[in-house]
Amino acid sequence: MMERLTVAERQQAMLITAVLALAGLILAIAGRNDPMGVHGWIILIFAGGLFFVAGNALYLAEPTEDRTTSYYDDPTKVGILLSLFWAVVAMGMGVWVAAQLAWPDLRFDAAWSSFGRIRPVHTSGVIFGFGGNALIATSYHVMQRTSRARLAGHVSPWFVLLGFNLFCIIAASGYLMGITQSKEYAEPEWYADIWLVIVWVSYFVLYMRTLARRNEPHIYVANWYYMAFILVVAMLHIVNNLAVPASFGAAKSYSAFSGVQDAMTQWWYGHNAVAFFLTSGFLGMLYYFLPKRAERPIYSYRLSILSFWGIVFFYIWAGSHHLHYTAVPQWVQTLGMTFSVMLLVPSWASAGNALMTLNGAWGKVRDDATLRFMMVAAVFYGLSTFEGSFMAVRAVNSLSHYTDWTVGHVHAGAMGWVALITFGSIYALVPILWRRESMYSWKLVEWHFWLALIGTVIYVFAMWNSGIIQGLMWRTYTESGTLAYSFTDSLVAMHPYYVARTIGGAFFLTGAIIGAFNVIMTIRRVRQDTQELDYPTKSEAGEPAVPVAE
Amino acid sequence: MSVKERDPLTGHETTGHEWDGITELNTRVPRAVWFFVAITHIWALIYWVLMPSWPLVTTYWKGLLGYDQAIAVEEQVAKAYRDIEVWRAPLGELSAEEIREIPELMTHVERTAPTLFGDNCAACHGTDLSGAPGYPSLIDDAWLWGNDTDTILETLRVGINAPHPDTRFAQMLAFGETNILSVPEIRTVVDYVQSLSGLDPDVPAERLEQGQAIFADNCTSCHGDNARGIQDLGAPNLTDDAWVYGGDDATMFKTIYDGRQGWMPAWEDRLTEADRMMLTLYIQNRAAEAKQ
Repeated sequence: MMERLTVAERQQAMLITAVLALAGLILAIAGRNDPMGVHGWIILIFAGGLFFVAGNALYLAEPTEDRTTSYYDDPTKVGILLSLFWAVVAMGMGVWVAAQLAWPDLRFDAAWSSFGRIRPVHTSGVIFGFGGNALIATSYHVMQRTSRARLAGHVSPWFVLLGFNLFCIIAASGYLMGITQSKEYAEPEWYADIWLVIVWVSYFVLYMRTLARRNEPHIYVANWYYMAFILVVAMLHIVNNLAVPASFGAAKSYSAFSGVQDAMTQWWYGHNAVAFFLTSGFLGMLYYFLPKRAERPIYSYRLSILSFWGIVFFYIWAGSHHLHYTAVPQWVQTLGMTFSVMLLVPSWASAGNALMTLNGAWGKVRDDATLRFMMVAAVFYGLSTFEGSFMAVRAVNSLSHYTDWTVGHVHAGAMGWVALITFGSIYALVPILWRRESMYSWKLVEWHFWLALIGTVIYVFAMWNSGIIQGLMWRTYTESGTLAYSFTDSLVAMHPYYVARTIGGAFFLTGAIIGAFNVIMTIRRVRQDTQELDYPTKSEAGEPAVPVAE
Repeated sequence: MSVKERDPLTGHETTGHEWDGITELNTRVPRAVWFFVAITHIWALIYWVLMPSWPLVTTYWKGLLGYDQAIAVEEQVAKAYRDIEVWRAPLGELSAEEIREIPELMTHVERTAPTLFGDNCAACHGTDLSGAPGYPSLIDDAWLWGNDTDTILETLRVGINAPHPDTRFAQMLAFGETNILSVPEIRTVVDYVQSLSGLDPDVPAERLEQGQAIFADNCTSCHGDNARGIQDLGAPNLTDDAWVYGGDDATMFKTIYDGRQGWMPAWEDRLTEADRMMLTLYIQNRAAEAKQ
């Protein structure tokens, strides 16, 4: 891959990794009496390794062809593989965490394996490791194709992708050592947060520069969503992580917010991480891969406009519905609830737009598991957005809050929507990227589809049951006016559902492992294929800028 | 590029743009979508007018209904307490015997006490009251401090080795750690104590005699001359088959070598007198049931 970079670019990469390695060394020295020092060493090894990769290739021949006549897909390929790696690791952690709730002894009495430490490894691993890598990789692919332009730069796509993965490694390893700022989905400490800001701003700049060189006069809907994802996540991340480090030699920091302001900022972040990371970004994926695979036009451009602006406008208000019946003032809760309900129609408009796009292609949905992944993802998107708006209503929330219903809801979204659209997109993308005739085995894609669907359904139904039983048990009174059940009673009642959830998760994990295997075998075993029209071009007729050498 | 085409399947026109083969139809937004947009927005508007909603610089819109969640919850909690207090108040005034003779009152106790026990006691003593290593069973005959009503009420009130001025205090000395007894002596007395509760450690009578001598010199001041324990001191009976920590060799050695100082919270500030009475009655009833 290094041979596609010029010598100047290789030098640039060496400079960046050298600076990063130095930063790691400083962190290792400053934090020598703190777990932060371990992170310093991790950064040093990570950056040092990349420095040698770049340095080793420094004197290789420079690329001879005109690079503007092709798309730059190397970072996309690596991103897809990283995404699958994180999927297997993080979903495996998820199954373990789920099993611990059913059988607490599975902690094996170690500190690092306690629920509070490996649960964030699961959540961050799935959201950022699996989801984030998939978003970065597909956004690179989609923005190049829908702009008919090559990525703006050859070092920055790598900087964003690998820098982001360094953040994921720091996050996951930190949790195991007990480093956390106790903000859900924003657990990593100050130095990791600063690093992510640098990476994320580079991502935004890269995205805008690529769009600026587009050969299409109009910006496709998928890019609106990817742009909203990148921009708003930057905003959320920076504001929620404003903190003062207790010392520059240790991981501990103190949030700039306190009390209800802290809670409100955290859930403004937390909810919009769902909105702009797990929804907006993946809608970008859906808007490209679904019509592409179905070979159908998007059902309605006007509906796209309505749902895009509805989603970006309403979502940002809705965070306070996570804080119903708390010390957050009631008027804030009212706004969170009403905006959540108004959000429902734009959300359903997106799901409906996707499903209506399949009109005329339902035969393909039946025959092609890849397209079926995307179709079912759209159905789960509709389902979980309806559920979200429903649960945001205060009266419903009084039953659902603090119960497993919430867990079931996020997993309907994370497994049914986010993971299925990602796997569908990966199956559509891998043969194109690696220039293969097809996936290694369509039967394994079928297997993955059904395992994932069964796993999701088992998981979500188990948590619905468990959550509603919990909620009802906690609010049932005897005729004497006292509580009918103790908390322990509700735990005993949940046990069978915890077992069922573990089984559902294991199904889903098995599917992901099969998927990763299928992708690797596709790369290694399937024959080359020549594809038509997959290069940047200014020509309306799709002619290459420079005739491709035979 | 900007050539609008008609999709043969739906009959709708495209927008005339194309991205990597993807086109879009210019289908108008279905009426149902606008209808539900209108419904949800009108509902939100009405809700805003009626309930606390928008901030107004120094205050906020209070809503026409004048509803306030803080006042509402205070009223609900106060009403719930008033309703409970109707039957609960006598529990703090009557004696256990008197309460037992009022069936209606006992019905309330039997409904309420299991949850009280589950939320406050079960974490240590188990949901079935049978205890766990380090936490005594409450349904056997072995009582460290006694099981009459006043004793249980007092134990609940002040706790054991708890940060309460009147707390019950009990401590098993660390005979090995403080070099009062040597390791062989501890092993000998372990065998002797096991023989008391019929565990029959299969050792020569001579060794049991040695153990008895060590026991007489070191243990009887708390556990009594006959090793049947002294409830005033919270010292357990060593002749029955009930063990707080365990009667096997390793556990008993640890108990005598390192000593023990079990801990039970004082509940005076956490549960009302009536609640503690309910728990006492509940424990006594379960223990009586277990005997049958």
